[in-house]
Amino acid sequence: MATVTDTIKPPRSSVGPTGWLRKNLFSSWLNSLLTILALWLIYNLMIGLWGFFSTAQWGVVTANLRLFMAGRYPIEQIWRVEVCVSILVFLLGASWRAWGGIMGQMGMAVGGLLVLLALLPFETNSRLYLLGNVGLLAIGFGAASLIRTRRLWTALWLLSPFVMAALLYGGFADLPVVATDLWGGLLLTFVFAVTGIALSFPLGVLLAVGRQSSYPVIRWFCILYIELVRGVPLITVLFAATLLFPIFLPEGVTVERVVRSIAGFVAFTAAYNAEIVRGGLQAIGRGQNEAAMALGLNPLQTLWLIILPQAIRSVIPAIVGQFVSLFKDTSLVAIVGALELAGIANSVIQQQAFLGRQTEVIVFIAAIYFVGCYAMTYASRRLEKRLGVGER
Amino acid sequence: MAQGTPGDEIIICRDVNKWFGSFHVLRGVDLTVKKGEVLVIFGPSGSGKSTFIRTINRLEEHQRGTIIVDGIELSNDIRNIEAIRSEVGMVFQSFNLFPHLSVLDNVSLAPMWVRKWPRDKAEQTARELLKRVGIPEQADKYPGQLSGGQQQRVAIARALAMQPKIMLFDEPTSALDPEMIKEVLDVMTQLAKSGMTMLCVTHEMGFARGVADRMVFFDNGQIIEQGKPNQIFDNPQHDRTKLFLSQILH
Repeated sequence: MATVTDTIKPPRSSVGPTGWLRKNLFSSWLNSLLTILALWLIYNLMIGLWGFFSTAQWGVVTANLRLFMAGRYPIEQIWRVEVCVSILVFLLGASWRAWGGIMGQMGMAVGGLLVLLALLPFETNSRLYLLGNVGLLAIGFGAASLIRTRRLWTALWLLSPFVMAALLYGGFADLPVVATDLWGGLLLTFVFAVTGIALSFPLGVLLAVGRQSSYPVIRWFCILYIELVRGVPLITVLFAATLLFPIFLPEGVTVERVVRSIAGFVAFTAAYNAEIVRGGLQAIGRGQNEAAMALGLNPLQTLWLIILPQAIRSVIPAIVGQFVSLFKDTSLVAIVGALELAGIANSVIQQQAFLGRQTEVIVFIAAIYFVGCYAMTYASRRLEKRLGVGER
Repeated sequence: MAQGTPGDEIIICRDVNKWFGSFHVLRGVDLTVKKGEVLVIFGPSGSGKSTFIRTINRLEEHQRGTIIVDGIELSNDIRNIEAIRSEVGMVFQSFNLFPHLSVLDNVSLAPMWVRKWPRDKAEQTARELLKRVGIPEQADKYPGQLSGGQQQRVAIARALAMQPKIMLFDEPTSALDPEMIKEVLDVMTQLAKSGMTMLCVTHEMGFARGVADRMVFFDNGQIIEQGKPNQIFDNPQHDRTKLFLSQILH
């Protein structure tokens, strides 16, 4: 009878730190040369970074912090922006408790950031506000411990953009109107990104489904729209939305520039989303459709319950890539005169008092963009993993 | 008794014709199935047998002739089609389970959305059906985590959840590893004994001999011969049938 051979350990020379170094960095004379070259490059980069960070003067950022955050939003109304931030922090705290996972990590990150900012030498009121938000995070967490129905928190999340938009815009109950043309900085970037994503995604799905429709009129309209929009640069769409579009409006009707730019973004991104979703739709076998039909589900139910969930799950990475791209492309609206984060940065650089401090400004906004994009891609990776359960 | 149907005939097909392009797949098929009957439909590949059973729940449209299922004539009226589909269960060769839903959700989905049952009732029924097909412990898994035989049994449970009057099986064991065929056939046998009307496209001749009330031999889009299993096996009338049987019964 055959016996199972004992497992033998790998040879000593191929393991351990020396083994790793030899295998990965110095396996041949070419690799050794590349390793030394890379070390030299890293050294120089470090020197350069040290040179910048040891002499950087962040006064240009701290002095203009309000501009960076909210642009020309009137200072006596700025509390409305602060309330919006607090609403989000509260909901995040509640979601941390209700869902855990990615929400918990976001909660921890935001809490940590708030504490860190509160430690910086801002004025006392700002620091109190930051600490207050840390408290609010905890209160949200506690509230969700008392009321555990996730449906309530989902509903509040869905409601919050409308509440915040109303609060920021005003025009009711003694709140003066703050026109969107006054919104700016990070606030405006977020408004662009959130509404752009929230509207372009469903529109893209509709276009993708329409492109596969058996009704020629719908199909041809969708194809025409998608191909037309994809054949034009984003900046052209933005110009068209901000300059051309008002000409076609009846007299006396005006749409604020920010709203027009958002419409341009949505129109543009939807076409790209549609093509991504279409790829997902095509990857689903005919058998799924037949099984659903054979069970008596109608076409709409089949689409909603069977086809779309699978199609969208398979295109999450590509769709999130599109969202990241939209988030960064919001910086283009500076060209059509909306002062979001990059636009504000551009105007801050021109200030007499801070001439020559453009590197600090650019590093600062780059860091903000990076955090936003990284949060999105991180969340998408987590989502993919979670939805990957039972993947074929 | 079903509305307007003479006797207890639940499926009536008269002169059913279908073309794929200019290819004549079904050439005037006439077939009547009584309530509770178990039919095994067999024949060479490309003979139109799968296409034929797929016309019964309108997964394939027939271009000439009449099909009446449970007293309702199949026409282009989408309401008729949906009504018939909810009375006719179907099991596919490649299972076609919904991979993004758990086994329990796969089975309870259609009753909830088509029959408008409350979730509790649908899930309870689903669990009972999973017990009936022998896999109650897999309810919370996803299709991708099950073996082929288990997936096909879930597919049978999913079709049964709609409480159909007729079950169509389109080569249910052809995609299975040999050792898993029996577990699926056992479920089908048990279903046949419970009085379900069944149309099975299959080459499992053991199943046909043991369970079928009638065997139908298809070739070239036509029914060549039909009869009781012992008659077909022991005394086939047509040369084509004899040849085909000699080729599959080695």
